[in-house]
Amino acid sequence: MHDQYIPNDTEEIRKKLMDAIDIKEIDELFSDISEEIRLKRDLNLPNSLSELEAKREIEKVLKKNLTIKEMTCFLGAGVWPHHVPAAVDYVSSRSEFLTSYTPYQPEISQGILQALFEYQSMICELLDMDVANCSMYGWPSSLGEAARMAARVTRRNEFLVPHYISRDKLMVLKNYAEPAGIRIIEVNQSLRNGQIDMEDLKRKVSNRTSGVYVENPSYLGFLIESPEEIAEVVHDAGGLFLVGVDSISLGVLRPPGDYGADIAIGEGQPLGNYMNGGSLLGIFACRGEDYLIRQMPGRIIGMTTTLDGKRQAFCMVLQTREQHIRRHRATSNICTNEALYALRAAVYMALLGPRGFQELGEIIISRTRFLIEKLSQINGVRVPFFDAHHFKEFTVNFDGSSKSLREINRRLLEKEIIGGKDLTSEFPELGQTSLYCVTEMHTLQEIESLCESLKEALEA
Amino acid sequence: MGEFRQARWFEPLIFSIGSSGRRGYSIPSIRDTDRSALRDIPENLRRRRLPDLPEVSEVEVVKHFTRLSQMNFGVDNGLYPLGSCTMKYNPKMNDAVASLDEVRWIHPLQPEETLQGMLEVMYKLDLWLCEITGMHKFSLQPAAGANGECTGILIIRAYHQMHDELKKRREIIVPDSAHGTNPASASMGGFEVVTVPSDDSGCIDIEALKEAVSPRTAGLMLTNPNTLGIFEERIREIEEIIHDAGGLLYYDGANMNAILGKARPGDMGFDIVHLNLHKTFSTPHGGGGPGAGPVGVKEHLKDFLPVPLVEYNGKKYYLNYNVPHSIGKVKGFYCNFDVIVRAFAYILTVGAEGLKSISEISVLNANYLASKISCIRGFEVPYGKGKPRKHEFVASCSELKSETRVSAKNVAKRLLDYGIHAPTIYFPPIVDEALMIEPTESASIEELDEFVKVMEAISKEAYENPEKVLSAPHNTSVGPIDEVKASHPRTLCLSWRMYKRKFMKE
Repeated sequence: MHDQYIPNDTEEIRKKLMDAIDIKEIDELFSDISEEIRLKRDLNLPNSLSELEAKREIEKVLKKNLTIKEMTCFLGAGVWPHHVPAAVDYVSSRSEFLTSYTPYQPEISQGILQALFEYQSMICELLDMDVANCSMYGWPSSLGEAARMAARVTRRNEFLVPHYISRDKLMVLKNYAEPAGIRIIEVNQSLRNGQIDMEDLKRKVSNRTSGVYVENPSYLGFLIESPEEIAEVVHDAGGLFLVGVDSISLGVLRPPGDYGADIAIGEGQPLGNYMNGGSLLGIFACRGEDYLIRQMPGRIIGMTTTLDGKRQAFCMVLQTREQHIRRHRATSNICTNEALYALRAAVYMALLGPRGFQELGEIIISRTRFLIEKLSQINGVRVPFFDAHHFKEFTVNFDGSSKSLREINRRLLEKEIIGGKDLTSEFPELGQTSLYCVTEMHTLQEIESLCESLKEALEA
Repeated sequence: MGEFRQARWFEPLIFSIGSSGRRGYSIPSIRDTDRSALRDIPENLRRRRLPDLPEVSEVEVVKHFTRLSQMNFGVDNGLYPLGSCTMKYNPKMNDAVASLDEVRWIHPLQPEETLQGMLEVMYKLDLWLCEITGMHKFSLQPAAGANGECTGILIIRAYHQMHDELKKRREIIVPDSAHGTNPASASMGGFEVVTVPSDDSGCIDIEALKEAVSPRTAGLMLTNPNTLGIFEERIREIEEIIHDAGGLLYYDGANMNAILGKARPGDMGFDIVHLNLHKTFSTPHGGGGPGAGPVGVKEHLKDFLPVPLVEYNGKKYYLNYNVPHSIGKVKGFYCNFDVIVRAFAYILTVGAEGLKSISEISVLNANYLASKISCIRGFEVPYGKGKPRKHEFVASCSELKSETRVSAKNVAKRLLDYGIHAPTIYFPPIVDEALMIEPTESASIEELDEFVKVMEAISKEAYENPEKVLSAPHNTSVGPIDEVKASHPRTLCLSWRMYKRKFMKE
């Protein structure tokens, strides 16, 4: 059923409109499509359904998903379960926001513009950076754009990344970097504590280095102990220091601006956004120097005034960087971004405030420690694999048991528990290791039941 | 016809609201575990000073953002004829299914057997999009049209690389009427951009195209109908020219709303297609995103698509990473699933018949409007005289401007005063004082007539009382904005902390 969405699709109105433009058949409007390529049959699609039928059908299909409300899930690795306050859903469902386009006409779009300016501002506070754009497609996309930006800023083409980053993220990075002639070089990390191998870093950093990128907390959850030293090495060589962060950690962990980051990126999904099977919000920020700002990708909202100077007002700025003006010389091709997720993040950050972020961070750290302690009491489990401090995620190694990770995860699933992400194909050198994630959503009982089930699985 | 009044709150920045100690979030009790865990984290890894975030209660947050929403304008507020953006109605049922727990609370790395619902939706949408476009396999991974374009360009790149021709094939051909993203995407993919002009009928100049192709041609990016709303009639010739030169054809699906069920890019000879689900398939644009820009290809390019692809083995749906020449990944995980499920719901409710009606009515609405607008003093609809438009048309008010000083921008701003969102302006660049108008199938005849009346009124004002139009808008939350100041290095202000530093001399 479709007519409820198309007010003019009645015989009477069709005729009225056709009369007005002097045509007899609707197909006269399509007469410029030659016979040869005209579709002469109906599209082969399922019959249209009423709203009631369609809703039932979709619910039936989606019921085949097992949600993390119906079981316990310890997956993270790029998208994480966090509580979403109801006020976030309320604001983002306001249709003045939800159904608006990119704010090309600022006078009638002050609402979303101010909200996105506030998003940028709160991201800057959280990351301790000066400038943020109003979103990218996700953390991996932010990394790709950051590598390109570093190359533009320094006019160099070697980009260093740590060994322990997500292979998926690396694939995205390569797609941004390779066509621009940027070489990706991996820097070794210690197999013992995950820390960047400083000797290896110094060997690889040179006057060709556009930037060095690290993640803190890293992909495998451990913290980088002395980021300043890395910053110093790359700055001495005239390159940029880039840092990727999990935004939710910054109420308790040091922000990248505090240890020398020139560009800071990260994932904003934890800030009031559902996992949605992997919908992301790419954070992108940099220091306030003009030569950096001019090379930023993406939409940026600025504060200004009305022409008469009487009112504060907001609009998109520095558009000469962008594709619709600069075309093939633009800093990026991005136009549609993740604005609604950024709006949600703005509401979330405002709700939490400084103390909310701090307390949430404390809870996550204490849950992390609690789960690590519990798991370490199980025979055959080495946790964490890396001897370092962890936030929210950590590695669990099962080499000491006779069971394979695959089998262990299968047995957990029978108990409606989804274990950590299997890292065996990504990082074979870690053996039977998986990546566990714990947040404020996990209850004490869930943690206990994981440990019980793991014990059983290992003993089975 | 009445003028409109948008809400005009004096809403301070969230940073200026609230009071020390307030908060808008209740934190779960931490008694179960141990708060002192934080002390395990060495001092030098801990945040020293709390972030300078607002301290506000939930009450204040909700009021603040509700007021901001009232100073915004979406398709539910009024006509939104923003050309090439297809601002159609976003059915509420689609939002309802996108907020089900089975969408929100699933993790992409869950075992496949616990994600069968999501994979089935993705697989079926892939099949339906194939049928709608005449392609053979889609990837739903790209998060936006431009992300889809990049994907397509990377596929072109990988294809020529496999044939050992990438060193030679360095050029992507783009018509001068193309969306700005096309040349930007080609350039991000490492290609040089060759621009071909349009002829008097608004279509690609075939002779110029013949001259532009060479052994250096990697491919062509084309929107059809083009940004003038005109169907490229000689598409088969274009296709032959490009394919004969060894290039690939890329279809920018931004304007697909015009030809649903009428013609398919696959049948026109395109090798790669992207669609904008946030345009043609009615998912809300959210003030700039999220979107989805799925990319479909013909059989011979299937093995280049991003991983993973969603497949079905007769028993279960699964993610296929075994794609021999895959370009890898173009964004994290698989797709913006909350967008995907809305498009799925849309196609399920409108069906084949509905899709055809959507194109028919969107084209009928556009032609009706074009015929009326071209009769208004100071306006014309240049290029391709007498040709039907598709879902959109481009009017020019260059006569109005030379006679009254009122420009396309002024007309756009004045439209806002009547509660109508402005068309896309100054695009495509080949039309002077361009107003690109796309009413979509969602506009009722009453709204179309109202729009015409408003445009007539604006024309009349321009000739009789131009100041009123030149100083527009008057009825929006704020009057004309100083955009030059906004981007000037001295006054540039991109964050609260920049504001404090520059203007509060902290």
